Amino acid sequence: MSGNGARGRGPQGGGHTRGDGMSDAGPLDLPSPRALAARRVLGNARAVTGLVLLGLLFLLAFAGPLVSPWGHDEIDFTAFRRPPSPEHWFGTTGSGRDVFALTVRGMQKSLLIGLCVAVLSTGLAAVVGAVAGYLGGWVDRLLMWGVDLLLVLPWFLVVAVLSPALGGRWPLLIPLLAAFMWMVTARMVRGMTLSLRHREYVLAARFLGVSTPRIIARHILPNLASLLIVDASLGVSVAIIAESALSYFGYGVRPPDTSLGTLIADGSGTALAYPWLFGFAGGLLVLIVVAVNLTGDGLRDVLDPAAPQHPRPRPRPRTPRRYGGRT
Amino acid sequence: MTTFLLRRLAGHAVLVVLAASAAYLLAAAALDPRSNYADRSPRPPDAVVDAELTRLNLNDETPLPQRYAVWARGVLHGDFGRTWQGEPVNDELWRRLRVSLRLLAAGAVLGGVLGVLLGVYAASRNGRMPDRLITFGSFLLLAMPVFVLAVLLQLAARQVNEFTGLRLFEWVGESSPGAGEGPFGPLGGFGDRIRHLLLPTATIALAQFSLYCRYQRAMMLDVLDADFVRTARAKGLRRRDALLRHGLRTALIPMTTYFAYTFGLLLLGAMFTEKIFGWHGLGEWLVDSITRGDVNVVAAVNCFAAAAVLLAGLLSDVAYVVLDPRVRRRAA
Repeated sequence: MSGNGARGRGPQGGGHTRGDGMSDAGPLDLPSPRALAARRVLGNARAVTGLVLLGLLFLLAFAGPLVSPWGHDEIDFTAFRRPPSPEHWFGTTGSGRDVFALTVRGMQKSLLIGLCVAVLSTGLAAVVGAVAGYLGGWVDRLLMWGVDLLLVLPWFLVVAVLSPALGGRWPLLIPLLAAFMWMVTARMVRGMTLSLRHREYVLAARFLGVSTPRIIARHILPNLASLLIVDASLGVSVAIIAESALSYFGYGVRPPDTSLGTLIADGSGTALAYPWLFGFAGGLLVLIVVAVNLTGDGLRDVLDPAAPQHPRPRPRPRTPRRYGGRT
Repeated sequence: MTTFLLRRLAGHAVLVVLAASAAYLLAAAALDPRSNYADRSPRPPDAVVDAELTRLNLNDETPLPQRYAVWARGVLHGDFGRTWQGEPVNDELWRRLRVSLRLLAAGAVLGGVLGVLLGVYAASRNGRMPDRLITFGSFLLLAMPVFVLAVLLQLAARQVNEFTGLRLFEWVGESSPGAGEGPFGPLGGFGDRIRHLLLPTATIALAQFSLYCRYQRAMMLDVLDADFVRTARAKGLRRRDALLRHGLRTALIPMTTYFAYTFGLLLLGAMFTEKIFGWHGLGEWLVDSITRGDVNVVAAVNCFAAAAVLLAGLLSDVAYVVLDPRVRRRAA
């Protein structure tokens, strides 16, 4: 791998001085692990497709309102329930609001909530799992017991019951959703920590007197980075779907405000007569989730050494010829 | 083996008790059944409302521990209390459970079987056109929330109905009133129920299908190159036989346990499907009861769902032990 990297870099660096390129090869400049990882990610078709798609969706969500002629709270009294037109790109609702502006606003919320929830829940999972696995004993038992309990408690009920208390403050959904998404990952992190904590470098650090929090932060967690990155990226799509499902039933983002969930709920009743009320919000929601999942799958192929490698085309087993049998 | 299961069962029982209590306390503290009476006209006097709420153990003036004690005593005797309209929760719970099961059983089995079959097929055609099509399809389905999928199916069904001029599909409720009194008698009623069942079952089946298909494909690919499959080929079995008899049997074991587990989760997970298609099942009841502030119903459904999930978990443990000789030997 490192050889490849050095060779790959050579022609670029010495492009204009072709003659002495051979002589001043000098000390091998090996790419850093981070650069290597980045290069592998960029070599993965799924990850690249997902990232590009996500970038475009982000652009649409955050730059869209700037170029749109209509704001999300403006009402066009001359156009009620009109199909898409140059004036209203995604059409208008029954009360004359611009569907493009509403959809884009919902997308902003979905993307923000998805990212924040994923980061928060993966962070929580990492800390709880690593602490439980590293310390062991009653701390471990207590934490894992809490994990089991949270797994049994249905998240939908808790969020729905607490939702009136949230009122219109939708950012509070972020910690609430994150609180119910970290448990399975925490179990995985704990399992891997159990095997890491007896490694030589961890023991060495411990015997040198490094404090426990520092060992966890500097020696345990970095070794789980690939698992955590993959988990966070797949968590984004789970969080986005959870948020829109809650909003669909009116327990998440509430009506004066809009999210993709509320838009779909409003549009689904009349989806045949006025397809633009349902189609754009629903389609973009699916597109966001597809992009996130593609990115996550690609990252897993590249980063997670434990993951099965099948998404890559493998040589087809040529059993018929080798055994000379009929098929 | 028996001690392992018993220990597991005891642990699960404790978890169910805790989860049910937590759900009750949360619901009782946060929900507000009193507001239901305020909407009535003429508005009943406060004293009457208080008395009625106290009778149903829903009064928010009563201290929470006291309400919990009453509720817990009832549950220990197998009584989940009453709804805010005074009807016993138990009767309705069993009725709704039958509705949910009718819907879920077909959908989950259909989705599971289809997913496994197509997953195996995709794996055996790894990297070629059928594999790509199936993988892409399941990927798309996986990204589609149920409430988008259900609406798309409804749209498609409406097109089919209009195109054929028949009412092939129905998407509201479990049956149309008076369907059993048509020219075909009870047979017509049966057909009507089937027509109502088609779309929600398809929704659940498709959602399940995407999960199983991806999972099974991955399992099967792991097995495809395994030594025992090669041995089977070497002793002269055709590729298909080797894959089906030796490969599939091994790759199916995790799926069996997965099936038990997801079925437990589905009991509440079907609430979107039930709500959208107007089926009066458990999930729909939960959603409606949260809106109505019906504490006892919320607690009962939750208690039931938690028990179902853990029972399913236990079943999947047992299935694993029964099916996988490696585990059996270790456990014995």
